[in-house]
Amino acid sequence: MNRMSTYGLLLSILMVIAPHAEHLPPWVTALCASLLAWRGYLAWSGNPLPKRWLLLTITLACTGGIAIDFHTLFGREVGVTLLMLLATLKLMELRTARDAVALVYLACFIIITNFFYSQSIPTALYMLATLVVILTSWVHLHAPDIALGPRLRVASTLLLQAIPLTLILFVLFPRVQGPLWGLPQDAYASSGLSDTMSPGSLSKLSLSDAVAFRVTFDGPVPPREQMYWRGPVLWDFDGTTWTRGRNATLRAPTLADTGSPASYTVTLEPHNKHWLFALDMPDRLSIPSLLAPDFQSLSHKPVNARIRYRASSLLSYRANPDEPPQQIKRALALPRGLNPESRLLAKSWREQFPQDDAAIVRAALAHFNRGGYEYTLEPPLLGANSVDDFLFRTRQGFCEHYAGSFVFLMRAAGIPARVVTGYQGSEYNELGDYHILRQSDAHAWAEVWLGERGWVRHDPTAAIAPGRIQRGLSSAVADNAALPFMARNPPQWLLKLRMNWDTLANQWNQWVLGYDNERQFAFLTRLGMESVTWQKLAMNLAVGLGLAIALFALFMLRHLFTRRHDEVQAAWLKLCGRLAKAGLPRAPHEGPQDYAARIASARPDIAEDIADLAARYSGLRYGKSQDEQARHEFLQRATALKIRRGIIRAA
Amino acid sequence: MLAALRQRFNTWLFRPRVEHGAILLTQRRIFILPTRQGLALGFVLVLMLLGDINYNLSLGYVLTFLLAMVAVLSMLHAFRNLAHLEVRAGRAEPVFCGGTAHFILHFHNPGTLARHQLCLRHAGGTTTGFDVPAGEDREVALPLPATRRGWLQAGRLTLYTEFPLGLFHAWSYLHFDTRCLVYPRPLSDAPLPPGNSPDGAGKRTVAGDDDFSGLRNYVPGDALPRIAWKAYAREQGLQVKQFSTQLGEELWLDLADAPDADIENRLARMTRWVLDAEAQGLRYGLRLPDGELPANNGFAHRDACLGRIALFGVIETK
Repeated sequence: MNRMSTYGLLLSILMVIAPHAEHLPPWVTALCASLLAWRGYLAWSGNPLPKRWLLLTITLACTGGIAIDFHTLFGREVGVTLLMLLATLKLMELRTARDAVALVYLACFIIITNFFYSQSIPTALYMLATLVVILTSWVHLHAPDIALGPRLRVASTLLLQAIPLTLILFVLFPRVQGPLWGLPQDAYASSGLSDTMSPGSLSKLSLSDAVAFRVTFDGPVPPREQMYWRGPVLWDFDGTTWTRGRNATLRAPTLADTGSPASYTVTLEPHNKHWLFALDMPDRLSIPSLLAPDFQSLSHKPVNARIRYRASSLLSYRANPDEPPQQIKRALALPRGLNPESRLLAKSWREQFPQDDAAIVRAALAHFNRGGYEYTLEPPLLGANSVDDFLFRTRQGFCEHYAGSFVFLMRAAGIPARVVTGYQGSEYNELGDYHILRQSDAHAWAEVWLGERGWVRHDPTAAIAPGRIQRGLSSAVADNAALPFMARNPPQWLLKLRMNWDTLANQWNQWVLGYDNERQFAFLTRLGMESVTWQKLAMNLAVGLGLAIALFALFMLRHLFTRRHDEVQAAWLKLCGRLAKAGLPRAPHEGPQDYAARIASARPDIAEDIADLAARYSGLRYGKSQDEQARHEFLQRATALKIRRGIIRAA
Repeated sequence: MLAALRQRFNTWLFRPRVEHGAILLTQRRIFILPTRQGLALGFVLVLMLLGDINYNLSLGYVLTFLLAMVAVLSMLHAFRNLAHLEVRAGRAEPVFCGGTAHFILHFHNPGTLARHQLCLRHAGGTTTGFDVPAGEDREVALPLPATRRGWLQAGRLTLYTEFPLGLFHAWSYLHFDTRCLVYPRPLSDAPLPPGNSPDGAGKRTVAGDDDFSGLRNYVPGDALPRIAWKAYAREQGLQVKQFSTQLGEELWLDLADAPDADIENRLARMTRWVLDAEAQGLRYGLRLPDGELPANNGFAHRDACLGRIALFGVIETK
């Protein structure tokens, strides 16, 4: 192993493991970094590599450390961590050429593990850069004498040529719907809403820029304050945390509608949970799903890949006016003994309006509106009587505080109520004509059951910070700086740039990341392939790739046949041109010998030179001899002949 | 039966015949197969593909396909690295047995692309690596051990390359009619035979059997015909006649004069004689049972003599 190829391999490994640095345990990151630095020093100083027993000890110690850290040696995270360590340790025992090749393969494999965490466009570009580095050092293993420049050129040529072929493969390679075998529990990272809500859970989420889903409306777009994207519905309260609990009935919910439905297409980012998001109230979904009794749309399996579905929703409705009594009982349950002050407040409202539930709701909203409440991302901590603490002491909270305490007050006043979580609002992308929902749009609101009118949505947050509902989070929160970049109000050009980028990302998601067998079949049908089958795909793939490779072969081998045949002719023609300038143009029908003879008679002074050149030319061009020496001599003499107007003489 | 078919197939495919002149490596002559590393990469790619399917990694598909296509293209690159290369066999300078013969091959790259990492291998195991820049010529010396006197055939050489990624082994067979003459290894210590010039214009006198130069006392083991019987008759005791040879300008190196038992050793001794005679600036002739070379001097003569010695008794097969 020479030093330069060691550096190449070092860089390759560094590039493949660098993206993992943030999600590896810190001690593993630190260890990998120091091992790489040590290896770099050894290569630079020319010191011998560490002994095998030392490496073995380190390996065993690391494996033990990982086992303790993760409490297991199986699963994806552990596998990735072990791979990182393996790659850096393998670098420490680079002895034979075969070790180096194994390391190169390992590096390629590790690139894939990075896709567990991100498959965005920057990740793809980074992959290409990494591949260039890996290929360059790979070429170096087999051609140690070639300089960096040509090596880099070979590597990039290979990669650039491979891209069109990859495109063919990507489009035509038959897609199998995974998984092939049981996945470990941690196969998919979970992000976004959870099925519990406690103070602080949503405000934490609102610090994330990540896209939750994107929506394209078919018809008119509902106003922003109507855009409540329904997620998990929370029924059970234990004093601090709201949870979904179990529905007491399996009856399908009923919707009595008075308006026309809104229909739209949702592209949902994976969140590894069952629920799907739809506008209040969802009516129909295009994918197999369950509409729970509380109007929650649930997918049959966790959403662990980006999915698309069409949905239609009723924006004005009467939802479940005939709610069964078991559910009503759930919607009134409260933990015993907690929050006495709030209960007293609710009791006073009930005494004020003994029969009018709607009046109590109004009273509660008015209380929030006028009670000196503040909408903030950083609410103070609450004690055991969390609702009392919030309502009467801290008076600072995020939407989960308002929704939770509102529902508590309603239940205390004897009105069935529940908390609904989801997303509120949207951000419109003009370029792509779709709406983006981010984690920072996560929201919680309340629903109360008012007998004949069914479940009615009330958003106590709107009572405190109406701007949150009308214009988004940034206009409602005093301190903009704590918000993620995307949730603030950036300058116009930046907004535009960001929208363009998101459009690109969306296209990328739809066409590259979301290219499954369904989309593949649809795409190929659109291209004109009738009734797509596996056999047809395989056939097309074979033919397409074969043709493309043949084309490449022709293109690449063309260099082999381009000999410098024409140099001789070019030199001759140039000579004729110069003679023509001097007053002796060659007639089109004239061969070299005739031309030479004519010049000889006109200008005896240069007769010899021209005759010699003509003889040489016809010998080279029409004769059998392909002597390099003769060619060279002819070329030299032809160019050496100096010509002046009127006077031509040999140099 | 099967072996015969295989033989015929190989004959048809690999054209194992001896050629002369220049060889142009056309596609008909270039073979290509994946190396062990190539197969290993295939295995890694299958693993990666399974991972992509299992975890539904679109970008993983892209990476897997990219690597697979890079591998396929590396096959084309390996092929191109050999294709349309021109090879001519050059001269191989004679060597002494036990030395290393250098077969010279001339490579011409007529194209506009450099050929990297070409390797020339002999079945015996010697491998020589070289590059041929675009439009240039390279002279490559393939060293082969000379183990036997006579003609050393280069035999079938393999020109191969695994550039750029070592995934594919592209090769071509070169079987030129080039051969190298191997002289016997000269004995290290072998005095020249006494001069036996017919004109007697000697310069040195060494023990020989041409002229009577005196008598000495008998030592057991002396040849009986050399005993001076007349002196014995004169009661002078057992004496042996001594003769001397005048070392002439023309030294005849005769195989019959080499005292060794083994023919190879005798030829080795003659080789030493030729070298020494040349070194001493003598005129020398060579006499072998199958003919003689008249006395002469100079490197050409020396080489002619060595050649005759090297090829003594060698049946020419071509």
